[in-house]
Amino acid sequence: MALEFLEGNEAIARGAMKANCNFFAGYPITPSSSILQHMLDLLPRDGGIAVQAEDEIASIGFCIGAAMAGSKVLTATSGPGISLYSENIGLAIIGETPMVIVNVQRQGPATGSATKGAEGDIQFTRWCTSGGLPVIVLSPATVGEAYELTFHAFNLSERYRVPVFLLTNKEIGLTRESVDLDAIELPSPVERKRVAMGEEYLPHDFDYPSAVPAFADFGGEHITRFTTSTHDKAAFLATSPPLIQEMIDHYTAKVDAAADELALVKQHLEDGAETLIVSYGITSRSAAVAAREARAIGVKVSTLCLQTLYPVPRTALISAMNGISKIIVPEMNMGQYILEVERLAPAGIEIIGVNKMDTTLISPDEILEQGGLR
Amino acid sequence: MNAVLETFLTDEIGPLPFCPGCGHDRLIKALDQALVKLQPDPKKVVIVTDIGCIGLADRYFTTHAFHGLHGRSITYACGLKLARPELTVIVLKGDGGCGIGGAHLLNVARRNIGITLIVANNFNYGMTGGQHSVTTPTDGLTATTPQGNIEGAMDLCATTIAAGAPWAYRGTGFDRDLADRIADAIRQPGFAMLDIWDMCTAYYLPRNQLKKKDLSGMMERLGLPAGLLADKQRPEYGEQYRKIHAQAKQAVRRRPGISAKYGHALNQQTGIVIAGSAGQKIRSAAALFAQAGMFANLEATQKDDYPITVMTGHSITEIILSPERIDYTAIDSPGYFVVVSEDGLQKSKALIKALASGATLYAEESLDLPETDARVVRLPIVATAKKINRLSIGIVALGAMLADSGLFPMDAFKESISTLQKKVIAEVNLQALDAGARILQSECD
Repeated sequence: MALEFLEGNEAIARGAMKANCNFFAGYPITPSSSILQHMLDLLPRDGGIAVQAEDEIASIGFCIGAAMAGSKVLTATSGPGISLYSENIGLAIIGETPMVIVNVQRQGPATGSATKGAEGDIQFTRWCTSGGLPVIVLSPATVGEAYELTFHAFNLSERYRVPVFLLTNKEIGLTRESVDLDAIELPSPVERKRVAMGEEYLPHDFDYPSAVPAFADFGGEHITRFTTSTHDKAAFLATSPPLIQEMIDHYTAKVDAAADELALVKQHLEDGAETLIVSYGITSRSAAVAAREARAIGVKVSTLCLQTLYPVPRTALISAMNGISKIIVPEMNMGQYILEVERLAPAGIEIIGVNKMDTTLISPDEILEQGGLR
Repeated sequence: MNAVLETFLTDEIGPLPFCPGCGHDRLIKALDQALVKLQPDPKKVVIVTDIGCIGLADRYFTTHAFHGLHGRSITYACGLKLARPELTVIVLKGDGGCGIGGAHLLNVARRNIGITLIVANNFNYGMTGGQHSVTTPTDGLTATTPQGNIEGAMDLCATTIAAGAPWAYRGTGFDRDLADRIADAIRQPGFAMLDIWDMCTAYYLPRNQLKKKDLSGMMERLGLPAGLLADKQRPEYGEQYRKIHAQAKQAVRRRPGISAKYGHALNQQTGIVIAGSAGQKIRSAAALFAQAGMFANLEATQKDDYPITVMTGHSITEIILSPERIDYTAIDSPGYFVVVSEDGLQKSKALIKALASGATLYAEESLDLPETDARVVRLPIVATAKKINRLSIGIVALGAMLADSGLFPMDAFKESISTLQKKVIAEVNLQALDAGARILQSECD
């Protein structure tokens, strides 16, 4: 066993390399800049390309171009950069572009407390571009999970041809932890399904709405097209309402249909517990301590830690709510994911948000006290 | 040998869609003729378009077609070219795209990425109703400059040449040799820029009573020359990128792994804060200490706080050590606090005042400390470090702290330093550690 002392940002770069990422473009922004730095160090040695672009718009533009040429691409920024990515995220959705986007969240709005942590971009990530179509959002709680979920993010983006977000936080990105990455079990890297040689090719072909179209690289053996405009399966402009709806249903169905498969959660459900703590990201770790302390004083508490935020792991959430009379949702924002919990909770359940945006972590004590556990 | 291609345009989806008399029609046909002349494999050609009337054109080519966001076509083209350098990447954009995507225009020229940019420049936004653009001539009448344009027209060639474009050409859609010039541009290994002036018959031409032969006159009046305006090659970015990295290519240096081989004396999660100044190597000393803890079978975390400027102000590091997994990574009540400089003290006075009675404060002896319930150990840290190296303050302080606290064996700290640092630096730090560990001893002597 070989331990390393790594920050989350480096673990993300290592996870990307493990997933065979071969293209990175980014723009410096605290607290994500060290991902750019690590990718600049790792990728060119491996025959890949890592570049610093002139701004965030160019970063994601380079990545979309490279992804459509067949590369496995990563870009990384913080909340303000996601604002600038926004229009291109829509392009990646409509073009069915596999790509991984890291948001190392910092305290906002605007420049905010640039060097301090927060988790204020939860709903923003889900609804980050016009049209409101679904994306996949994963959120690690530890440095090890940052590595693991980056790897999964690549696999999901390849499998579903959709942008996948890794939503992390300065508190994980820039905190070093003792970790043994080699001890983390990972599946094989997934490669996007490519059209077979000689087959006729349509860039957005599918037999049923949730099917994921085969991919042809720009510059490969099949002539291919990509367009920002509403289009048909051949990527030609579409103006017929039924055809437009068919494509919208496709983008939606392929992510929604996979909701259960995509639901990465860690749960500790206690028999007879009446309280459930639903958490994600760094705050999951305070929730774990709070639950342990509550149990130590004889209060039964279940915990559900979400690694997949979107699509919402509905089945896991609903099943964890079974027999529960109180749900505590601690968040380093003013109450965002609690909206998803409220949507799924049966009537009569008390739902308590523990919220803070002063740049410091929510402590186990704050969860215990504001959650009424002691 | 493949058959000679007589056109790179398809009529499968109908004729080109432009308004009657629109210059884009001529431009697209000239681009087709240029491709016919060059005979590239269509599978190795990508036509990238922007939003705007010219953005309707990519789908009429038998090559790959990429239609992206307004102003961003250059960025996709760069991504395609960097990922697959064998591709011929041709961007078609309008004068509107040069405004919204101005940053990319400058930067592709500056980087010299080997794509061809053809600007279909008709001095206004045709797709949205004839608004003025960055190239609308002064006094030009448009939907948004009904009294005449009071803005100056951007010289796209001069701008990109100033930014570093090695090859730039200005002409009109009526030039007989336009296809040849486009072919010349595509042949360039680096970035090639064509500013092609043309008629918007829907909006600009009727509003300004422009006649087709007026374009050259307009250039003269605006003082913007036609023809080949730059032709001076320099290394293409992608080629250069691959060359320098192939030379420097080497295996990734993996840091040596840490194996837990020593014991420790901790029975619970413990927070340690080290407060000093930038330039005192606080962060790296703390990292060595934390990793020493890992050699001693402890879990560890580290967070650093410092101003965005370097070599000035405070540098404060928080270390957590724990015999078990560390969940909560904030230190609400430090067990140990080490303060070595005035910057560190000023920034952490409130924390020091709040230290619990069970905590220990290790302080540089010259500092004027606030009242605290913690046990205070004053040490000649700066004086001790001065005898070894001014950068060894952090190690000296942590050496003294470890000797006093006995959290884990000194050998673990020694192993951390000698395993993780370059030999020359490790030797100095081992001396500093030894000196730090002896401070208390000599105080007691």
